Amino acid sequence: MIYRENGQFKTSYQADQAIFPIAQDRWFVYASIAAAFLVVPFVIDDYWANAVFLPFLAYAMAAIGLNLLTGYCGQVSLGTGGFMAVGAYSTFKLVTLFPELNFIVVVLLSGAITAVVGVLFGIPSLRIKGFYLAVATLAAQFFLVWLFNKVGWFFNYNATGQITMPPLEVFGVLVTGPRATPAASYLFCLSFVAVSALAAKNIVRGRIGRSWMAIRDMDIAAELIGIRPLEAKLSAFAVSSFYVGMAGSLYFAVWLGSAEPIEAFGIDQSFLVLFMIIIGGLGSILGSFLGAAFMVLMPIFLKNFMVDGLGVEVVTAKHVEIMLMGVLIVFFLIVEPHGFARLWQIGKEKLRLWPFPH
Amino acid sequence: MGSELLFFSETVISGLMAGVMYSLVALGFVLIFKASGIFNFAQGVMCLFAALALYDFLSADGWASQLLGFTIPLWLAIVLTIAVMIVLAWLIERLVLQYLVKQDPIILFMATIGLAYVLEGVGDILFGSDVKPLDIGIPQGASDWALDTMGLYVEKLEVVAAVTAALLVAVLAVFFQRTRIGRALRAVADDHQAALSVGISLRAIWVIVWSVAGIVALVAGIMWGTKSGVQFSLSLIALKALPVLILGGFTSVPGAIVGGLIIGVGEKVAEVYAGPLVGGAIENWFAYMLALAFLLFRPQGLFGERIIERV
Repeated sequence: MIYRENGQFKTSYQADQAIFPIAQDRWFVYASIAAAFLVVPFVIDDYWANAVFLPFLAYAMAAIGLNLLTGYCGQVSLGTGGFMAVGAYSTFKLVTLFPELNFIVVVLLSGAITAVVGVLFGIPSLRIKGFYLAVATLAAQFFLVWLFNKVGWFFNYNATGQITMPPLEVFGVLVTGPRATPAASYLFCLSFVAVSALAAKNIVRGRIGRSWMAIRDMDIAAELIGIRPLEAKLSAFAVSSFYVGMAGSLYFAVWLGSAEPIEAFGIDQSFLVLFMIIIGGLGSILGSFLGAAFMVLMPIFLKNFMVDGLGVEVVTAKHVEIMLMGVLIVFFLIVEPHGFARLWQIGKEKLRLWPFPH
Repeated sequence: MGSELLFFSETVISGLMAGVMYSLVALGFVLIFKASGIFNFAQGVMCLFAALALYDFLSADGWASQLLGFTIPLWLAIVLTIAVMIVLAWLIERLVLQYLVKQDPIILFMATIGLAYVLEGVGDILFGSDVKPLDIGIPQGASDWALDTMGLYVEKLEVVAAVTAALLVAVLAVFFQRTRIGRALRAVADDHQAALSVGISLRAIWVIVWSVAGIVALVAGIMWGTKSGVQFSLSLIALKALPVLILGGFTSVPGAIVGGLIIGVGEKVAEVYAGPLVGGAIENWFAYMLALAFLLFRPQGLFGERIIERV
């Protein structure tokens, strides 16, 4: 009854091509963006920023990046953790070598550096596919983490091997380091994620995105209709790595503050982001957000429920948490293999017909 | 033999032996991938789980021993562990796989990662997460014979592992070639639909193949458990087996063996001769790079089925 597009006539091509052609969708999105920018910063505190919002934003960015590659172009990658490390270490090197550089530029440059590395490791995709490629991308994961662990130049030869972010200002407001206010860090990340998500949405609607999807659906057929696989696959790796690199940069610089390669960028990160896009929905920008939210919130919820609610010991709770996470993942895959994005669509379809189901 | 040459042959031999250990894990992957097209990431955790169960059956204060009132002998413990792995295979088919039959390979892959988490959690809760030394009487230490006659250092455990692997492959080969079930398995591997149409139950075959993979996991778990103790890191050997897989081809049993040997030797030689030049610990990624270099020339691995694509 409420959600119905009757009477919304499109009178221009522009209206027809809109990202959200239905007015209710549009208003809903405007409202959520407004809430994220105007309401959340005033109520956010340290706990919410560090436990929920900052990891959510960083992972959402990484999930969009991986979704562009895996969901839209069909190239499975298990190297996300390694590429996030490239973003993080580029940020660290850039801010220590050029302290006067604007932090926004630093994040963008980190993304660009990661894009170059991503293209390099994407070259095997021209030759191999499927799980062979997935395993091959693990080479990137292990090699990059090893590199950042072993070569002193990357962590400025300090004794611990850790990298620590110096406090930095953007437009006169501190956004990194322990003294930054949660609202400032949050807004900084949010702006990046919002702009990037909008860009991603438009990339996948355009020529490049369509060529990726053609490659995903069947690469030989795509080649026959005149899409260059080399161009399409490598551009997917480049754009995807650009996003993942920015995610790594935000993850390290704004959320963690200091990081150590094996802990922070291990193979578990790669799997985590892959879970996000699969549970959220392959080939969906909205799905990347939903998946990231789910994977960030679920462990917190499980932990609070078990430790505070049931009084389980912390160590046991950790094991149960691992197990339940596995159970939930399998459960979701069985119930809805196409992820939350599909559930969302089904929900909207139902809502259109409501209250008359036929 | 000169000391240079001696050192080199020691490196190669220990690499070969380590390769056999990787092959044991890779075998489990290949079996499942061949029969069901599932890339089973949980194979490493299955090794861990099998080793944990075996350890628990053997130890005097384990559940089974307390229930029965006496310490279980080795053979019974192994039989019980095999039973556990078969029940596990049945449960996996019942609770997970039967609902995911027609999904994309990546969905199934994700499901097996979820499965790995579940097994890891269950293993931790049931058996505890501390390091457990597994000792079932496999000889360890340097082989005196090789040391005396040739001055070579050869680890006994690794020889046992190599012999076991050879036996295992022989048994599997006989099982696949000579038995009714083996024939059914090969039929399923060739063509799912054709196999279904001649009356082979796909679900039964899946249970069988996951059970066989569970038993292979037990063997691998015993070897690795004896070598480095039963602990969480045992599940990470799955990551070591992956380059073996892509090198040998996902669908080939001999590929798993040969791939394991190549990776084992390559890794050891690289670590010993090239490792110090770049700061060491290159074992982690060298195998992947080696496999990648091979793949550039043969995208389907050494022994994989030729990839034929049609529009």
